[in-house]
Amino acid sequence: MNDFAADSILVVVETTASGAVAKSAAELIGAASLVGTPVALLLGADSLAGDVASLGASRVLVAAEASGSVLGVPAVDALEAAAKLVQPDAILLSHSTDGRDIAARFAIRAKHAISADAVGVIRDELGIVAEHSVYGGAYNATSTATFGPPVITLRQGSIDTRAEATSVTGEALEVTASGKPAATIESFEEETVVSSRPELRGAAKVVSGGRGLGSEEKFKLVEELADALGAAVGASRAAVDAGYVPANHQVGQTGVSVSPQLYIAVGISGAIQHRAGMQTAKTIVAINKDADAPIFEVADFGVVGDLFQIVPQLISALEARKK
Amino acid sequence: MKLIVLVKEVPDTYGDRKLNLETGLADRAASEAVLDEISERALEAALTYADANEGTEVVALCVAPEGSVATVRKALAMGAQSAVHVADEALLGADITLTAEVLAAAISKTGFDVVITGNVSTDGSGGMVPAAIAEYLGVAHVTGLSELEITDGKVGGPRPVDGGTQRVSAPLPAVVSITEALPDPRFPNFKGIMAAKKKPLETMTLADLNISAENPESARSIMLMVAEKPPREAGIKITDEGDAGEKLANFLIENRLA
Repeated sequence: MNDFAADSILVVVETTASGAVAKSAAELIGAASLVGTPVALLLGADSLAGDVASLGASRVLVAAEASGSVLGVPAVDALEAAAKLVQPDAILLSHSTDGRDIAARFAIRAKHAISADAVGVIRDELGIVAEHSVYGGAYNATSTATFGPPVITLRQGSIDTRAEATSVTGEALEVTASGKPAATIESFEEETVVSSRPELRGAAKVVSGGRGLGSEEKFKLVEELADALGAAVGASRAAVDAGYVPANHQVGQTGVSVSPQLYIAVGISGAIQHRAGMQTAKTIVAINKDADAPIFEVADFGVVGDLFQIVPQLISALEARKK
Repeated sequence: MKLIVLVKEVPDTYGDRKLNLETGLADRAASEAVLDEISERALEAALTYADANEGTEVVALCVAPEGSVATVRKALAMGAQSAVHVADEALLGADITLTAEVLAAAISKTGFDVVITGNVSTDGSGGMVPAAIAEYLGVAHVTGLSELEITDGKVGGPRPVDGGTQRVSAPLPAVVSITEALPDPRFPNFKGIMAAKKKPLETMTLADLNISAENPESARSIMLMVAEKPPREAGIKITDEGDAGEKLANFLIENRLA
Protein backbone atom coordinates (compact mmCIF):
# COMPACT_ATOMS: atom_id res chain seq x y z
CA MET A 1 0.00 0.00 0.00
CA ASN A 2 1.02 3.58 -0.48
CA ASP A 3 -0.31 6.91 0.72
CA PHE A 4 -1.59 8.08 -2.67
CA ALA A 5 -5.30 8.39 -3.37
CA ALA A 6 -6.83 5.14 -4.68
CA ASP A 7 -8.16 6.98 -7.72
CA SER A 8 -4.83 8.67 -8.57
CA ILE A 9 -4.18 9.69 -12.17
CA LEU A 10 -0.48 10.16 -12.87
CA VAL A 11 0.10 13.21 -15.07
CA VAL A 12 3.48 13.69 -16.77
CA VAL A 13 4.34 17.41 -16.79
CA GLU A 14 6.93 18.37 -19.40
CA THR A 15 9.05 21.50 -19.14
CA THR A 16 10.28 23.76 -21.93
CA ALA A 17 13.88 24.41 -22.93
CA SER A 18 13.67 27.82 -21.29
CA GLY A 19 12.78 26.13 -17.99
CA ALA A 20 9.04 26.73 -17.70
CA VAL A 21 6.14 24.32 -17.21
CA ALA A 22 4.80 23.20 -20.61
CA LYS A 23 1.46 24.71 -21.65
CA SER A 24 -0.07 21.24 -21.96
CA ALA A 25 0.17 20.74 -18.16
CA ALA A 26 -2.97 22.76 -17.39
CA GLU A 27 -5.27 20.67 -19.57
CA LEU A 28 -3.63 17.37 -18.57
CA ILE A 29 -4.21 18.08 -14.89
CA GLY A 30 -7.69 19.40 -15.76
CA ALA A 31 -8.50 16.16 -17.58
CA ALA A 32 -7.13 14.06 -14.70
CA SER A 33 -9.31 15.97 -12.23
CA LEU A 34 -12.41 14.86 -14.19
CA VAL A 35 -11.73 11.17 -13.56
CA GLY A 36 -9.65 11.01 -10.37
CA THR A 37 -7.02 12.67 -8.21
CA PRO A 38 -4.27 14.32 -10.28
CA VAL A 39 -0.74 13.41 -9.16
CA ALA A 40 1.92 15.21 -11.20
CA LEU A 41 5.32 13.91 -12.24
CA LEU A 42 7.33 17.05 -12.93
CA LEU A 43 10.11 16.51 -15.46
CA GLY A 44 12.04 19.56 -14.30
CA ALA A 45 13.38 21.58 -11.41
CA ASP A 46 11.79 21.62 -7.95
CA SER A 47 11.39 25.40 -8.28
CA LEU A 48 8.54 24.74 -10.73
CA ALA A 49 6.57 22.56 -8.29
CA GLY A 50 4.52 25.56 -7.11
CA ASP A 51 3.44 26.31 -10.68
CA VAL A 52 2.31 22.71 -11.11
CA ALA A 53 0.39 22.81 -7.80
CA SER A 54 -1.38 25.96 -8.92
CA LEU A 55 -2.69 24.01 -11.92
CA GLY A 56 -4.40 21.58 -9.55
CA ALA A 57 -1.98 18.74 -8.79
CA SER A 58 -2.70 17.07 -5.44
CA ARG A 59 0.93 15.89 -5.20
CA VAL A 60 3.98 16.92 -7.22
CA LEU A 61 6.73 14.34 -7.67
CA VAL A 62 9.91 15.99 -8.91
CA ALA A 63 12.39 14.35 -11.29
CA ALA A 64 14.87 17.16 -11.93
CA GLU A 65 17.36 15.00 -13.83
CA ALA A 66 14.74 14.23 -16.48
CA SER A 67 15.03 17.67 -18.06
CA GLY A 68 18.70 17.52 -19.00
CA SER A 69 20.40 17.02 -22.34
CA VAL A 70 19.64 13.29 -22.59
CA LEU A 71 16.62 12.69 -24.80
CA GLY A 72 13.70 10.74 -23.38
CA VAL A 73 15.28 7.89 -21.47
CA PRO A 74 15.69 9.68 -18.07
CA ALA A 75 12.04 10.75 -18.31
CA VAL A 76 11.00 7.14 -18.96
CA ASP A 77 13.08 6.01 -15.98
CA ALA A 78 11.36 8.64 -13.81
CA LEU A 79 7.90 7.65 -15.03
CA GLU A 80 8.67 4.00 -14.29
CA ALA A 81 9.60 4.91 -10.69
CA ALA A 82 6.58 7.23 -10.27
CA ALA A 83 4.09 4.66 -11.60
CA LYS A 84 5.47 2.01 -9.19
CA LEU A 85 5.11 4.42 -6.31
CA VAL A 86 1.68 5.88 -7.11
CA GLN A 87 -0.06 2.80 -8.60
CA PRO A 88 -2.35 5.08 -10.65
CA ASP A 89 -5.58 4.21 -12.47
CA ALA A 90 -4.19 5.80 -15.63
CA ILE A 91 -1.13 7.68 -16.86
CA LEU A 92 -1.73 10.87 -18.85
CA LEU A 93 0.78 12.57 -21.15
CA SER A 94 0.60 15.22 -23.82
CA HIS A 95 0.48 13.99 -27.42
CA SER A 96 3.56 16.15 -28.07
CA THR A 97 6.70 14.83 -29.77
CA ASP A 98 8.38 14.12 -26.44
CA GLY A 99 5.17 13.04 -24.71
CA ARG A 100 4.58 10.39 -27.36
CA ASP A 101 8.12 9.05 -27.08
CA ILE A 102 8.00 8.84 -23.29
CA ALA A 103 4.54 7.21 -23.37
CA ALA A 104 5.61 4.63 -25.93
CA ARG A 105 8.86 3.60 -24.22
CA PHE A 106 7.23 3.49 -20.80
CA ALA A 107 4.27 1.41 -22.00
CA ILE A 108 6.60 -1.17 -23.52
CA ARG A 109 8.70 -1.35 -20.36
CA ALA A 110 5.71 -1.62 -18.01
CA LYS A 111 3.68 -3.84 -20.41
CA HIS A 112 0.79 -1.37 -20.28
CA ALA A 113 -1.65 -0.62 -23.10
CA ILE A 114 -1.54 2.66 -25.04
CA SER A 115 -4.47 4.87 -26.00
CA ALA A 116 -2.98 7.45 -28.36
CA ASP A 117 -4.19 10.90 -29.38
CA ALA A 118 -7.22 11.00 -27.08
CA VAL A 119 -9.52 14.03 -27.06
CA GLY A 120 -11.14 13.19 -23.73
CA VAL A 121 -11.13 10.82 -20.76
CA ILE A 122 -14.03 9.31 -18.84
CA ARG A 123 -14.32 6.80 -16.00
CA ASP A 124 -16.68 3.83 -16.15
CA GLU A 125 -17.16 1.06 -13.59
CA LEU A 126 -14.11 -0.82 -14.86
CA GLY A 127 -11.63 2.01 -15.14
CA ILE A 128 -10.43 4.87 -17.29
CA VAL A 129 -11.58 5.11 -20.90
CA ALA A 130 -10.04 7.32 -23.60
CA GLU A 131 -12.17 9.09 -26.20
CA HIS A 132 -10.85 9.53 -29.74
CA SER A 133 -11.79 11.44 -32.84
CA VAL A 134 -10.74 9.27 -35.80
CA TYR A 135 -10.12 9.96 -39.50
CA GLY A 136 -10.27 13.72 -39.18
CA GLY A 137 -13.33 13.71 -36.96
CA ALA A 138 -15.48 11.47 -39.17
CA TYR A 139 -15.77 8.90 -36.34
CA ASN A 140 -15.87 8.93 -32.57
CA ALA A 141 -14.37 5.98 -30.74
CA THR A 142 -13.41 4.96 -27.22
CA SER A 143 -10.60 2.70 -26.09
CA THR A 144 -9.24 1.22 -22.90
CA ALA A 145 -6.76 -1.34 -21.61
CA THR A 146 -7.57 -5.05 -21.23
CA PHE A 147 -6.06 -4.74 -17.74
CA GLY A 148 -3.80 -2.39 -15.80
CA PRO A 149 -3.66 1.39 -16.09
CA PRO A 150 -3.85 2.69 -19.69
CA VAL A 151 -1.14 5.07 -20.90
CA ILE A 152 -3.08 7.88 -22.58
CA THR A 153 -1.72 10.74 -24.68
CA LEU A 154 -4.03 13.73 -24.98
CA ARG A 155 -4.28 15.80 -28.15
CA GLN A 156 -3.16 19.33 -27.35
CA GLY A 157 -5.97 21.86 -26.98
CA SER A 158 -8.73 19.29 -26.51
CA ILE A 159 -9.68 19.80 -22.84
CA ASP A 160 -11.20 23.03 -21.51
CA THR A 161 -11.59 21.92 -17.87
CA ARG A 162 -9.07 23.32 -15.39
CA ALA A 163 -8.53 21.92 -11.91
CA GLU A 164 -8.62 23.97 -8.74
CA ALA A 165 -5.23 25.20 -7.56
CA THR A 166 -3.50 23.56 -4.61
CA SER A 167 -0.51 24.74 -2.62
CA VAL A 168 1.42 21.49 -2.20
CA THR A 169 5.20 21.49 -2.42
CA GLY A 170 7.41 19.26 -4.53
CA GLU A 171 8.52 15.81 -3.32
CA ALA A 172 11.80 14.51 -4.73
CA LEU A 173 11.28 11.25 -6.58
CA GLU A 174 13.88 8.52 -6.21
CA VAL A 175 14.81 7.29 -9.67
CA THR A 176 17.11 4.43 -10.67
CA ALA A 177 18.72 5.27 -14.00
CA SER A 178 18.30 2.46 -16.53
CA GLY A 179 21.42 3.53 -18.40
CA LYS A 180 19.79 2.64 -21.75
CA PRO A 181 21.34 4.22 -24.84
CA ALA A 182 19.80 7.60 -25.66
CA ALA A 183 20.18 10.54 -28.00
CA THR A 184 21.77 13.76 -26.82
CA ILE A 185 20.28 17.22 -27.24
CA GLU A 186 23.33 19.17 -28.43
CA SER A 187 21.75 22.58 -28.71
CA PHE A 188 18.43 24.38 -28.82
CA GLU A 189 17.36 27.27 -30.96
CA GLU A 190 14.37 29.13 -29.63
CA GLU A 191 11.68 30.13 -32.07
CA THR A 192 11.46 33.90 -32.31
CA VAL A 193 7.92 34.83 -31.49
CA VAL A 194 7.04 37.92 -33.50
CA SER A 195 3.32 38.16 -32.98
CA SER A 196 0.90 38.37 -30.12
CA ARG A 197 -1.57 36.20 -32.03
CA PRO A 198 -3.05 33.17 -30.30
CA GLU A 199 -1.42 29.82 -30.92
CA LEU A 200 -3.06 27.72 -33.62
CA ARG A 201 -3.45 24.66 -31.39
CA GLY A 202 -6.40 25.20 -29.08
CA ALA A 203 -7.34 28.63 -30.51
CA ALA A 204 -11.02 29.63 -30.26
CA LYS A 205 -10.92 31.26 -33.71
CA VAL A 206 -8.78 30.39 -36.71
CA VAL A 207 -8.40 32.19 -40.03
CA SER A 208 -6.65 30.05 -42.64
CA GLY A 209 -5.37 30.98 -46.07
CA GLY A 210 -4.76 28.81 -49.12
CA ARG A 211 -3.23 28.95 -52.55
CA GLY A 212 -5.91 31.48 -53.54
CA LEU A 213 -3.87 34.18 -51.76
CA GLY A 214 -1.31 33.88 -54.52
CA SER A 215 1.84 35.10 -52.75
CA GLU A 216 3.59 35.55 -49.44
CA GLU A 217 2.90 39.33 -49.53
CA LYS A 218 -0.79 38.86 -50.18
CA PHE A 219 -1.04 36.24 -47.41
CA LYS A 220 -0.79 39.24 -45.04
CA LEU A 221 -4.49 39.75 -45.76
CA VAL A 222 -5.20 36.54 -43.84
CA GLU A 223 -3.13 37.83 -40.93
CA GLU A 224 -5.00 41.15 -40.95
CA LEU A 225 -8.35 39.38 -40.81
CA ALA A 226 -7.05 37.13 -38.01
CA ASP A 227 -5.97 40.21 -36.03
CA ALA A 228 -9.34 41.88 -36.55
CA LEU A 229 -10.99 38.80 -35.00
CA GLY A 230 -8.32 37.97 -32.42
CA ALA A 231 -7.82 34.68 -34.26
CA ALA A 232 -4.88 32.37 -34.88
CA VAL A 233 -3.44 32.04 -38.39
CA GLY A 234 -3.64 28.72 -40.22
CA ALA A 235 -2.92 27.60 -43.75
CA SER A 236 -3.57 24.83 -46.22
CA ARG A 237 -0.75 22.53 -47.22
CA ALA A 238 -0.75 24.19 -50.66
CA ALA A 239 -0.02 27.57 -49.06
CA VAL A 240 2.74 26.05 -46.93
CA ASP A 241 4.30 24.22 -49.88
CA ALA A 242 4.18 27.46 -51.90
CA GLY A 243 6.15 29.14 -49.10
CA TYR A 244 3.52 31.71 -48.06
CA VAL A 245 3.75 30.65 -44.38
CA PRO A 246 5.92 28.37 -42.20
CA ALA A 247 4.93 24.70 -41.90
CA ASN A 248 3.81 25.00 -38.27
CA HIS A 249 0.71 26.86 -39.53
CA GLN A 250 -0.49 23.91 -41.59
CA VAL A 251 -3.99 22.68 -40.76
CA GLY A 252 -5.04 19.24 -41.96
CA GLN A 253 -4.32 15.56 -42.11
CA THR A 254 -0.56 16.04 -41.83
CA GLY A 255 -0.59 19.32 -39.93
CA VAL A 256 -2.43 20.54 -36.86
CA SER A 257 -6.00 19.40 -36.15
CA VAL A 258 -8.14 22.26 -34.87
CA SER A 259 -11.67 22.39 -33.41
CA PRO A 260 -12.27 26.13 -32.92
CA GLN A 261 -15.56 27.97 -32.39
CA LEU A 262 -14.98 29.73 -35.71
CA TYR A 263 -12.93 28.63 -38.71
CA ILE A 264 -12.62 30.93 -41.70
CA ALA A 265 -11.11 29.38 -44.84
CA VAL A 266 -9.86 32.02 -47.26
CA GLY A 267 -8.92 30.91 -50.77
CA ILE A 268 -8.84 27.24 -49.70
CA SER A 269 -10.50 24.73 -52.01
CA GLY A 270 -10.95 22.23 -49.17
CA ALA A 271 -9.21 19.04 -50.26
CA ILE A 272 -10.24 16.09 -48.11
CA GLN A 273 -6.88 16.22 -46.29
CA HIS A 274 -7.50 19.82 -45.26
CA ARG A 275 -11.06 19.11 -44.14
CA ALA A 276 -9.75 16.28 -41.97
CA GLY A 277 -8.00 18.89 -39.83
CA MET A 278 -10.83 21.40 -39.39
CA GLN A 279 -14.25 19.88 -40.00
CA THR A 280 -14.99 19.54 -36.27
CA ALA A 281 -15.01 23.36 -35.97
CA LYS A 282 -18.30 24.67 -34.55
CA THR A 283 -18.85 27.24 -37.32
CA ILE A 284 -17.11 27.18 -40.69
CA VAL A 285 -16.96 30.15 -43.06
CA ALA A 286 -15.49 29.80 -46.56
CA ILE A 287 -14.52 32.45 -49.09
CA ASN A 288 -13.57 31.14 -52.53
CA LYS A 289 -13.98 32.23 -56.12
CA ASP A 290 -14.82 28.70 -57.29
CA ALA A 291 -18.49 27.99 -56.50
CA ASP A 292 -17.81 24.25 -56.80
CA ALA A 293 -14.94 24.17 -54.27
CA PRO A 294 -15.45 21.26 -51.85
CA ILE A 295 -14.94 23.56 -48.87
CA PHE A 296 -18.50 24.84 -49.44
CA GLU A 297 -19.86 21.36 -48.66
CA VAL A 298 -18.90 21.81 -45.01
CA ALA A 299 -19.32 25.58 -44.71
CA ASP A 300 -22.05 27.09 -42.56
CA PHE A 301 -21.59 30.36 -44.41
CA GLY A 302 -20.04 30.29 -47.87
CA VAL A 303 -19.17 33.30 -49.99
CA VAL A 304 -18.43 32.85 -53.68
CA GLY A 305 -16.36 35.74 -54.95
CA ASP A 306 -13.03 37.51 -55.09
CA LEU A 307 -11.35 37.27 -51.70
CA PHE A 308 -9.34 40.42 -52.43
CA GLN A 309 -12.63 42.36 -52.55
CA ILE A 310 -14.47 40.53 -49.79
CA VAL A 311 -11.82 40.23 -47.07
CA PRO A 312 -10.83 43.94 -46.96
CA GLN A 313 -14.53 44.85 -46.83
CA LEU A 314 -15.05 42.33 -44.01
CA ILE A 315 -12.08 43.74 -42.07
CA SER A 316 -13.31 47.32 -42.34
CA ALA A 317 -16.85 46.27 -41.43
CA LEU A 318 -15.53 44.50 -38.33
CA GLU A 319 -13.34 47.46 -37.39
CA ALA A 320 -16.28 49.84 -37.84
CA ARG A 321 -18.37 47.80 -35.36
CA LYS A 322 -15.62 47.91 -32.80
CA LYS A 323 -15.72 51.70 -32.64
CA MET B 1 25.69 0.61 -43.28
CA LYS B 2 22.41 -1.26 -43.11
CA LEU B 3 19.26 0.86 -43.14
CA ILE B 4 15.82 -0.62 -42.44
CA VAL B 5 12.92 1.55 -43.56
CA LEU B 6 9.49 0.86 -42.08
CA VAL B 7 6.79 1.22 -44.71
CA LYS B 8 3.10 1.25 -43.89
CA GLU B 9 0.06 0.55 -46.01
CA VAL B 10 -2.79 2.98 -45.29
CA PRO B 11 -6.19 3.88 -46.75
CA ASP B 12 -5.72 6.57 -49.40
CA THR B 13 -6.49 9.99 -47.88
CA TYR B 14 -7.65 11.20 -51.31
CA GLY B 15 -10.82 9.14 -50.86
CA ASP B 16 -13.34 8.61 -48.08
CA ARG B 17 -11.96 6.41 -45.32
CA LYS B 18 -14.32 4.11 -43.44
CA LEU B 19 -14.26 2.23 -40.16
CA ASN B 20 -16.22 -0.98 -39.73
CA LEU B 21 -18.75 0.00 -37.08
CA GLU B 22 -18.91 -3.52 -35.63
CA THR B 23 -15.22 -4.34 -35.31
CA GLY B 24 -13.88 -0.79 -35.10
CA LEU B 25 -11.21 -1.75 -37.62
CA ALA B 26 -10.37 0.03 -40.85
CA ASP B 27 -12.66 -1.07 -43.64
CA ARG B 28 -9.99 -2.06 -46.12
CA ALA B 29 -12.49 -2.69 -48.89
CA ALA B 30 -13.90 0.84 -48.68
CA SER B 31 -10.83 2.70 -49.90
CA GLU B 32 -7.75 2.05 -51.93
CA ALA B 33 -4.70 0.96 -49.95
CA VAL B 34 -1.53 2.90 -50.68
CA LEU B 35 1.98 3.25 -49.32
CA ASP B 36 1.78 6.05 -46.74
CA GLU B 37 3.38 9.21 -48.11
CA ILE B 38 5.50 9.68 -44.99
CA SER B 39 6.84 6.12 -45.44
CA GLU B 40 7.85 7.04 -48.98
CA ARG B 41 9.72 10.08 -47.65
CA ALA B 42 11.52 7.88 -45.11
CA LEU B 43 12.49 5.52 -47.91
CA GLU B 44 13.62 8.45 -50.07
CA ALA B 45 15.90 9.61 -47.23
CA ALA B 46 17.46 6.14 -47.01
CA LEU B 47 17.89 5.87 -50.79
CA THR B 48 19.47 9.34 -50.99
CA TYR B 49 22.03 8.25 -48.41
CA ALA B 50 22.60 4.96 -50.25
CA ASP B 51 23.11 6.81 -53.56
CA ALA B 52 25.92 8.83 -51.99
CA ASN B 53 27.49 6.07 -49.90
CA GLU B 54 28.48 2.88 -51.64
CA GLY B 55 27.95 -0.32 -49.73
CA THR B 56 24.73 0.86 -48.08
CA GLU B 57 21.99 -1.73 -47.79
CA VAL B 58 18.36 -0.57 -47.73
CA VAL B 59 15.71 -3.01 -46.54
CA ALA B 60 11.99 -2.17 -46.54
CA LEU B 61 9.99 -3.71 -43.68
CA CYS B 62 6.22 -3.89 -43.61
CA VAL B 63 3.59 -5.41 -41.33
CA ALA B 64 0.47 -5.79 -43.44
CA PRO B 65 -2.15 -8.34 -44.47
CA GLU B 66 -1.08 -11.11 -46.82
CA GLY B 67 -2.69 -9.43 -49.82
CA SER B 68 -0.57 -6.29 -49.49
CA VAL B 69 2.35 -7.45 -51.60
CA ALA B 70 1.81 -4.61 -54.12
CA THR B 71 2.64 -2.04 -51.45
CA VAL B 72 5.85 -3.85 -50.50
CA ARG B 73 6.76 -4.16 -54.19
CA LYS B 74 6.41 -0.41 -54.60
CA ALA B 75 9.11 0.08 -51.97
CA LEU B 76 11.32 -2.29 -53.94
CA ALA B 77 10.50 -0.49 -57.19
CA MET B 78 11.55 2.81 -55.62
CA GLY B 79 14.96 1.29 -54.90
CA ALA B 80 15.08 -0.77 -51.69
CA GLN B 81 17.33 -3.79 -52.27
CA SER B 82 15.17 -6.25 -50.40
CA ALA B 83 11.99 -6.34 -48.38
CA VAL B 84 10.56 -8.16 -45.39
CA HIS B 85 6.79 -8.56 -45.15
CA VAL B 86 5.32 -9.75 -41.85
CA ALA B 87 1.82 -11.10 -42.45
CA ASP B 88 -0.28 -13.03 -39.95
CA GLU B 89 -4.01 -13.20 -39.42
CA ALA B 90 -3.45 -12.88 -35.67
CA LEU B 91 -2.22 -9.33 -36.32
CA LEU B 92 -5.63 -8.13 -37.47
CA GLY B 93 -6.39 -5.11 -35.30
CA ALA B 94 -2.97 -5.22 -33.60
CA ASP B 95 -2.44 -2.25 -31.25
CA ILE B 96 0.64 -0.03 -30.98
CA THR B 97 2.56 -2.19 -28.52
CA LEU B 98 1.98 -5.47 -30.39
CA THR B 99 2.85 -3.85 -33.72
CA ALA B 100 6.06 -2.49 -32.22
CA GLU B 101 6.93 -5.88 -30.71
CA VAL B 102 6.52 -7.56 -34.10
CA LEU B 103 8.51 -4.90 -35.94
CA ALA B 104 11.29 -4.99 -33.34
CA ALA B 105 11.55 -8.78 -33.65
CA ALA B 106 11.71 -8.60 -37.44
CA ILE B 107 14.33 -5.83 -37.22
CA SER B 108 16.48 -7.88 -34.81
CA LYS B 109 16.26 -10.86 -37.12
CA THR B 110 17.24 -8.78 -40.16
CA GLY B 111 20.03 -6.84 -38.44
CA PHE B 112 20.44 -3.03 -38.70
CA ASP B 113 22.45 0.10 -38.06
CA VAL B 114 19.62 2.61 -38.45
CA VAL B 115 15.85 2.09 -38.55
CA ILE B 116 14.15 4.95 -40.44
CA THR B 117 10.41 5.59 -40.19
CA GLY B 118 7.88 8.33 -40.77
CA ASN B 119 6.99 10.28 -37.63
CA VAL B 120 3.21 9.78 -37.80
CA SER B 121 1.10 7.65 -40.12
CA THR B 122 -1.93 9.21 -41.77
CA ASP B 123 -4.37 6.60 -40.49
CA GLY B 124 -3.50 5.82 -36.87
CA SER B 125 -1.78 9.16 -36.18
CA GLY B 126 -0.32 7.66 -32.99
CA GLY B 127 3.31 8.46 -33.74
CA MET B 128 4.51 6.08 -31.03
CA VAL B 129 5.75 3.01 -32.87
CA PRO B 130 9.29 4.38 -33.46
CA ALA B 131 10.04 5.02 -29.76
CA ALA B 132 8.32 1.77 -28.76
CA ILE B 133 10.57 -0.17 -31.15
CA ALA B 134 13.63 1.60 -29.71
CA GLU B 135 12.62 0.45 -26.23
CA TYR B 136 12.20 -3.14 -27.41
CA LEU B 137 15.58 -3.05 -29.16
CA GLY B 138 17.27 -1.26 -26.26
CA VAL B 139 18.63 1.50 -28.51
CA ALA B 140 18.27 5.29 -28.71
CA HIS B 141 15.30 6.94 -30.42
CA VAL B 142 15.57 10.18 -32.38
CA THR B 143 12.07 11.19 -33.46
CA GLY B 144 10.63 13.95 -35.59
CA LEU B 145 13.78 14.97 -37.49
CA SER B 146 13.26 17.67 -40.13
CA GLU B 147 16.59 16.69 -41.76
CA LEU B 148 18.44 13.40 -41.56
CA GLU B 149 22.21 13.29 -41.06
CA ILE B 150 23.92 9.92 -40.93
CA THR B 151 27.66 9.90 -40.25
CA ASP B 152 30.06 7.23 -39.06
CA GLY B 153 28.64 5.90 -35.86
CA LYS B 154 26.05 8.65 -35.44
CA VAL B 155 22.63 9.73 -36.63
CA GLY B 156 20.84 13.00 -35.92
CA GLY B 157 19.69 16.37 -37.18
CA PRO B 158 17.36 19.24 -36.33
CA ARG B 159 14.27 18.25 -34.32
CA PRO B 160 11.44 20.81 -34.15
CA VAL B 161 9.64 20.74 -30.78
CA ASP B 162 7.22 23.15 -29.09
CA GLY B 163 8.93 26.52 -28.81
CA GLY B 164 11.95 25.89 -31.02
CA THR B 165 14.28 23.43 -32.65
CA GLN B 166 16.69 21.05 -30.95
CA ARG B 167 19.83 19.62 -32.54
CA VAL B 168 20.04 15.98 -31.53
CA SER B 169 22.30 13.04 -32.24
CA ALA B 170 22.47 9.43 -31.17
CA PRO B 171 25.05 6.66 -31.31
CA LEU B 172 24.31 3.77 -33.68
CA PRO B 173 22.38 1.57 -33.76
CA ALA B 174 19.32 3.79 -33.41
CA VAL B 175 15.71 4.27 -34.46
CA VAL B 176 14.88 7.58 -36.14
CA SER B 177 11.65 9.08 -37.44
CA ILE B 178 11.41 11.90 -39.97
CA THR B 179 8.79 14.58 -40.68
CA GLU B 180 7.28 15.64 -43.96
CA ALA B 181 9.82 18.48 -44.12
CA LEU B 182 12.11 15.94 -45.83
CA PRO B 183 12.29 15.91 -49.65
CA ASP B 184 9.51 14.47 -51.82
CA PRO B 185 9.88 10.78 -52.66
CA ARG B 186 11.03 9.67 -56.10
CA PHE B 187 8.65 7.91 -58.48
CA PRO B 188 9.52 4.33 -59.32
CA ASN B 189 10.64 4.21 -62.98
CA PHE B 190 10.00 1.37 -65.43
CA LYS B 191 13.41 -0.16 -64.80
CA GLY B 192 12.79 -0.08 -61.07
CA ILE B 193 9.38 -1.70 -61.42
CA MET B 194 10.83 -4.51 -63.56
CA ALA B 195 13.78 -5.00 -61.20
CA ALA B 196 11.46 -5.13 -58.18
CA LYS B 197 10.02 -8.41 -59.42
CA LYS B 198 13.37 -10.10 -59.02
CA LYS B 199 14.39 -8.56 -55.69
CA PRO B 200 14.31 -10.71 -52.55
CA LEU B 201 11.02 -10.44 -50.66
CA GLU B 202 10.94 -12.43 -47.44
CA THR B 203 7.61 -13.20 -45.78
CA MET B 204 7.47 -13.87 -42.05
CA THR B 205 4.70 -14.98 -39.69
CA LEU B 206 4.41 -14.52 -35.93
CA ALA B 207 5.62 -18.09 -35.47
CA ASP B 208 8.82 -17.22 -37.40
CA LEU B 209 9.36 -14.36 -34.97
CA ASN B 210 8.46 -16.40 -31.91
CA ILE B 211 5.73 -13.97 -30.89
CA SER B 212 2.27 -14.73 -29.57
CA ALA B 213 -0.42 -12.13 -30.19
CA GLU B 214 -2.14 -13.39 -27.05
CA ASN B 215 0.64 -12.85 -24.54
CA PRO B 216 -1.23 -12.71 -21.21
CA GLU B 217 1.49 -10.58 -19.56
CA SER B 218 1.01 -7.58 -21.83
CA ALA B 219 -2.05 -5.38 -21.55
CA ARG B 220 -3.65 -4.54 -24.87
CA SER B 221 -5.62 -1.55 -26.03
CA ILE B 222 -9.15 -2.41 -27.08
CA MET B 223 -11.81 -0.34 -28.78
CA LEU B 224 -15.04 -0.20 -26.80
CA MET B 225 -17.20 1.85 -29.12
CA VAL B 226 -17.04 3.38 -32.55
CA ALA B 227 -19.68 5.62 -34.06
CA GLU B 228 -19.88 7.56 -37.28
CA LYS B 229 -20.54 11.25 -36.89
CA PRO B 230 -23.34 12.59 -39.07
CA PRO B 231 -21.74 14.41 -42.00
CA ARG B 232 -21.73 18.19 -41.87
CA GLU B 233 -24.38 19.86 -43.92
CA ALA B 234 -23.70 22.89 -46.03
CA GLY B 235 -25.35 26.07 -44.77
CA ILE B 236 -25.87 29.39 -46.50
CA LYS B 237 -23.94 30.08 -49.70
CA ILE B 238 -24.03 33.53 -51.26
CA THR B 239 -22.39 34.99 -54.33
CA ASP B 240 -20.65 38.33 -53.83
CA GLU B 241 -22.61 41.25 -55.27
CA GLY B 242 -20.31 43.86 -53.81
CA ASP B 243 -21.55 43.58 -50.22
CA ALA B 244 -20.53 40.06 -49.20
CA GLY B 245 -17.93 41.39 -46.75
CA GLU B 246 -20.67 43.35 -44.96
CA LYS B 247 -23.01 40.36 -44.95
CA LEU B 248 -20.31 38.12 -43.56
CA ALA B 249 -19.54 40.67 -40.83
CA ASN B 250 -23.27 40.65 -39.91
CA PHE B 251 -23.31 36.85 -39.80
CA LEU B 252 -20.30 36.78 -37.47
CA ILE B 253 -21.70 39.45 -35.17
CA GLU B 254 -25.20 37.92 -35.03
CA ASN B 255 -23.63 34.61 -34.02
CA ARG B 256 -21.36 36.30 -31.47
CA LEU B 257 -18.29 35.18 -33.33
CA ALA B 258 -16.82 38.65 -33.74
